[in-house]
Amino acid sequence: MNYLLSLLLALVVGSAHAQGKTELTFYYPIAVGGPLTKVIDNLVAGFEKENPNVKISSVYAGNYDDARIKALAAQKAGQPAQMSVLFSIDIYELLEQDLIVPFDDLATTAADKAWLKSFYPALMANGTYKGKVYGIPFQRSTIVMYWNKDAFKEAGLDPEKAPSNWNEMQQMAARLVKKDAGGNVTRWGVMVPSTGYAYWMFQAFARENGQDLMNAEGNRTNFAHPDVVAALEYWVNLGRKDRVMPEGTVEWGTLRQNFVEGKTAIMWHTTGNLTAVKDSAKFPFGVAMLPASKQRGSPTGGGNWYIFKKSTPAERKAAFEFIKWVTAPERAAEWSIATGYVAVSPAAYETPKLKEYVSGFPQAAVARDQLKFATPELSTFQTGRVRKALDDAIQAAITGSKSPADALKAAQAESERLLKSYK
Amino acid sequence: MRHVYGWLLLTPAAILLVAFTHYPAVATLAESFFSTGTAVRPSRFVGLDNYAALAADPVFWQVLRNNFWFALGTIPTSIALALLMALWVNGRLPARALVRMAYFTPTVLPMIAVANLWLYFYTPQIGLLDKVAAMFGAGSHNWLGSPDTVMGCLIAMTIWKEAGFFMIFYLAALQTLPPELGEAARIEGASRWYFFRRVTFPLLMPTTLFVLVNATINSFKLVDHLFILTKGGPDNASNLLLYYIYQVAFSFFDVAYAATLTVILLFMLGIFAVVQFQLIERRVHYR
Repeated sequence: MNYLLSLLLALVVGSAHAQGKTELTFYYPIAVGGPLTKVIDNLVAGFEKENPNVKISSVYAGNYDDARIKALAAQKAGQPAQMSVLFSIDIYELLEQDLIVPFDDLATTAADKAWLKSFYPALMANGTYKGKVYGIPFQRSTIVMYWNKDAFKEAGLDPEKAPSNWNEMQQMAARLVKKDAGGNVTRWGVMVPSTGYAYWMFQAFARENGQDLMNAEGNRTNFAHPDVVAALEYWVNLGRKDRVMPEGTVEWGTLRQNFVEGKTAIMWHTTGNLTAVKDSAKFPFGVAMLPASKQRGSPTGGGNWYIFKKSTPAERKAAFEFIKWVTAPERAAEWSIATGYVAVSPAAYETPKLKEYVSGFPQAAVARDQLKFATPELSTFQTGRVRKALDDAIQAAITGSKSPADALKAAQAESERLLKSYK
Repeated sequence: MRHVYGWLLLTPAAILLVAFTHYPAVATLAESFFSTGTAVRPSRFVGLDNYAALAADPVFWQVLRNNFWFALGTIPTSIALALLMALWVNGRLPARALVRMAYFTPTVLPMIAVANLWLYFYTPQIGLLDKVAAMFGAGSHNWLGSPDTVMGCLIAMTIWKEAGFFMIFYLAALQTLPPELGEAARIEGASRWYFFRRVTFPLLMPTTLFVLVNATINSFKLVDHLFILTKGGPDNASNLLLYYIYQVAFSFFDVAYAATLTVILLFMLGIFAVVQFQLIERRVHYR
């Protein structure tokens, strides 16, 4: 009897706390539409099935800001979170708080080192600091141009040809504007969102005009360069002078709705919205790279995997294995199809699944092709403040309360003040 | 022995108050004299540096101005509306419960839900407001995207949300007023306006004070809608003090400066409370 009891006890204890079972927790954000928590749950379940001695709990933590707050609060409170998906541009903050470890320290074998090099270089820029990799790309995006083919046809434009440069976009947009009998606009030519992530959209304009907004060390910005000012002038004029975009700021959150309801013929938006647009647009639409001025260009964006310092070697190893597993070509392909995010490695685009998807829906490959023109997302020390200074400048120019040159000059002065002690 | 027993009874409440109200307030004040620490640069005592930075921060002055207009826009109107609605649904009218409920509904909705709802009222072209305007041949307006209209939009939404809540207090107060007063006034031949001005309104003064305090606090406390509607934009035109504190603390991670702003907020609310209770209470008739 006693023997039976102890056996039972061992079973119960054993199943709850198997020998050496590693438990991991991670936080992740979602910034686009669609039932993505389910996709994440499936990924986690798939990994646990293959690795029965690791147990992972995933915590959905809202948008990027919320996820950062929750993950940092958990770190401070000593709650376990060994890894997280956080904004790729949070890296300087995480470094300054000394919270993350470089992946180079964990990648010991030759295979691991090769894995670190298997991603698109453009996606690694935001996760690398002083030659070490701190962030592994996961839900990564670029900005792409969506256009409504029906609207193009109606305006007498070739529905298969998107504008390829700034002049073309402005001229096409002017033809795409539709007005009712009373002279009120019922369809705009183009919309570029200017709330929420204004700095991100602006990086695309600046890059297209040949300028990057910050240096690789994250301690200098380039907001007041004449070409950067010219980029903002182009954007501002679309609304205030050319009248092809609504005056005032364009809301990030409702823009997709505007597009699928045909209220704008062209929109710039994250590729992370691709699947959601595909599911709700009732007209044929195209996806193209952003138009060029001096060159093509778009910033990358989105979330990276980080591993936190507060973890045991065993946990770090398990987290490392999980991140390796979840970013493997097969899973990256699935994730890309479910969301529209860029699949993070060239190998993912060679998987049969993604190959087939891209051949049936070529729009899905645009973001990938654009990666060779991509620039890392704006990220510096004091990143929140620097970003807000730029956001405010952009919005001030768009709403007409300051000229683009004055607004950007003020933002540059502010960021120089903030970054003075990091040089 | 008796007073020990008394203190023991007070202990649970006292612990909660100290732990969650008094200690954080004092800690905030202390923190506002230090710099924000990171792993690389530990926090150090900086005296009044944070306050000097605050005085030189144009965004701080702007959010303060915004908050002033927001308070001025929401408080008197929502109180007047609440009183009006309460007087109306206190009278005899068909389907009274239904009307009362209709007025109260906005209050029970979470602010985030309300903001999402109103986001689709205000959205240019596809929003309700623009669709109604289009029926009358008016053009589309970028309500939340223009610094001229954004504050008005927030004020309108807040009034819609708040008035029903304050109505409940007025309604409760109205029902405690003795009916004899009305009867006496009618015998004396007082007009309804005169009766309201000289009898009802003065008797409602305690409620008005209570509502006023609440409305003032709310005008500084309610920022949930900013997360959904504007994020404080465009160019800080709709930014409010508490939302700015949130940005500084959780987006800029500047805990010390956030603490400094919080001290200012606490100080202002403290002053309001004292002024309201001291000055206005003298003119309030408690029975």
